[in-house]
Amino acid sequence: MFLLEVKNLQVSFATPEGEVHAVNGIDFAVSAGETLAIVGESGSGKSQLVMAIMGLLAQNGRASGQALFKGEDLLQKTPRELNKVRGSQIAMIFQDPMTSLNPYLTVEQQMTEVVMYHQKLGRREALEHAVEMLRAVRIPDAEERIHQYPHEYSGGMRQRVMIAMSLLCEPDLLIADEPTTALDVTVQAQITNLIGELRKKTRMAMILITHDLAVVAGISDRILVMYAGQMVESGTVEDIFYRAHHPYTRGLLASVPRLDRDASDDLQTIPGNPPNLLALPGGCCFRDRCAQAQEICSQPPPMWRDERGHRSRCVLEMPDGRVENDPAGEAGSAAEESAP
Amino acid sequence: MTEPVLRVQDLAVYFSSRTGSLFRREQRVLRAVDGISFDLNPGETLGIVGESGSGKSTLARAILGLLSPNRGRVLWMGEDLTRLEAEPMRQKRKELQIVFQDPVASLNPRMTAGTIIAEPLWTFYPQMESLQVEERTRGMMKMVGLLPNQINRYPHEFSGGQCQRIGIARSLVLNPKLLICDEPVSALDVSIQAQIINLLRDLQKKLGLALIFVAHDLSIVRHISDRVMVMYMGRSMEVAEKTALYRRPLHPYSRALMKSVLIPDPVRAREVKQEVWLKGDMPSPFSPPRGCIFHSRCPYQVPRCQADVPALRRMENGNWVACHRAEELDLSI
Repeated sequence: MFLLEVKNLQVSFATPEGEVHAVNGIDFAVSAGETLAIVGESGSGKSQLVMAIMGLLAQNGRASGQALFKGEDLLQKTPRELNKVRGSQIAMIFQDPMTSLNPYLTVEQQMTEVVMYHQKLGRREALEHAVEMLRAVRIPDAEERIHQYPHEYSGGMRQRVMIAMSLLCEPDLLIADEPTTALDVTVQAQITNLIGELRKKTRMAMILITHDLAVVAGISDRILVMYAGQMVESGTVEDIFYRAHHPYTRGLLASVPRLDRDASDDLQTIPGNPPNLLALPGGCCFRDRCAQAQEICSQPPPMWRDERGHRSRCVLEMPDGRVENDPAGEAGSAAEESAP
Repeated sequence: MTEPVLRVQDLAVYFSSRTGSLFRREQRVLRAVDGISFDLNPGETLGIVGESGSGKSTLARAILGLLSPNRGRVLWMGEDLTRLEAEPMRQKRKELQIVFQDPVASLNPRMTAGTIIAEPLWTFYPQMESLQVEERTRGMMKMVGLLPNQINRYPHEFSGGQCQRIGIARSLVLNPKLLICDEPVSALDVSIQAQIINLLRDLQKKLGLALIFVAHDLSIVRHISDRVMVMYMGRSMEVAEKTALYRRPLHPYSRALMKSVLIPDPVRAREVKQEVWLKGDMPSPFSPPRGCIFHSRCPYQVPRCQADVPALRRMENGNWVACHRAEELDLSI
């Protein structure tokens, strides 16, 4: 059984300009101990996807489909029921560590609150536990620093605090939304290493959300590439990095500036901008920016799949892949998606 | 030999902050930029790289006169900008322009793209005919890859990358000779970053601009710079020609920055990881380490590094470095 199984998830927002379709039928599954990366540009719906799962959508947002966590549908739960799951069984880290910590409270107050609520620990035990977690994420002098306020920490240290906080209740699933984007390259490397270590040490499953494929190369098992609210490609890390099939994925890979290769002067780009979610074009949503677009791309593209579970939504033929029955990628396909 | 258009000499910007109790005031000084010197030739691009807090943005602002330096000179075409009165300095801004980091926050949400781009023209050439202004605005939009029919749209109707194009068009509308880009792509998606970098490079070639490109990421800077200056806590650690720097950095900090760039390749990423290239965080800028300012985080430090401040000196290959051990260390990548 999967830890989290998402089936045909759709998210839309009612706005004065009309219905914005942020997520349009996503299926995926995460097993215990597995790390899934969800990759896409701003506006691809990757953040709204997990916000919907966590029940954190804005007032005008609506989610449909299923998000089965240990067999129970999170989308059907009341806020009160969700509170029992969030923070204890599913934890989340946000992009900007400064705005997600309360500037008026010390780190100690913010950390102990979590365990006192979920695990009913006393103040002293809670403090001990919190210090232990800060040590685990390698904050020096944790016993003293825990009494400081967030502004007394550097950006990287704040993100470590966020990670420590999310680990307090030993969650089964950690969702990290762009955990390194707001950080310096040097700190980015440190935090990615830390996440990589946690992944090895614990049996915690992780969902990493990012726009930068380089961040997830070393620390994920599988990758799901999103574009305009749809999955365009998914597979193992090796499938995506070495056997990328979808032109969008290949474009993303080519646009990462690399130091390990002799660079020609021109960086590869994906021309154009992400589509308007108010009025999605029919057919393949990437065709306006695709160098290989053909006439047939105005039809919904087929979903390819090979025996290892590498899937891609494109008219281009996938070597040793077969077309799945349902081109729109409706529910039912998620069950076989991940490798055991 | 060509004369440099810009010469920055021993530039320093200090900020002071008061702390302590009401009765025991203490004044602490933060040396944000501490003795930076470099030359910039016409049509050349200098990349300035460093972590947050290294003083790179402060340096950019001090060059443009948006902050007044405590020491040093900024010679623009031989004229010292730090000594100019307000009005002559304002006129100089026609030649010196800046593109800011956050493309959305730096545009006025209540002005249309056209107004934003045309505003510098109205400010500096109030007598210009409105038809001419519009023509020039449309021309700029085309040049930066926007559609001239988007002229009446508001910033929220554009994506982040397009907003940055508006910012670039605005900064180029006066035909400046120097453009300073302060982290122009770090708020953008990777796929869009590449578009903006290529755009800036093309524009620079077309217009013969001198360009200063500030970033925290060495991998981006590589695609646009001729020379790169690596900054750490307000000082210059290394100034080097691009190819030499990326092949064999001379300063341990340059190497650490390079090694921190994540590799988009799962097998290599797993191999390379594990090593920590840079210990801990930057020390407090209020009490910087004695001697070499980098020694507290340097894997190659020797006792001498804690005692003497290394001067920025010229090496055989013509590059500059501030490290006692530059000759003996082989930091090839």
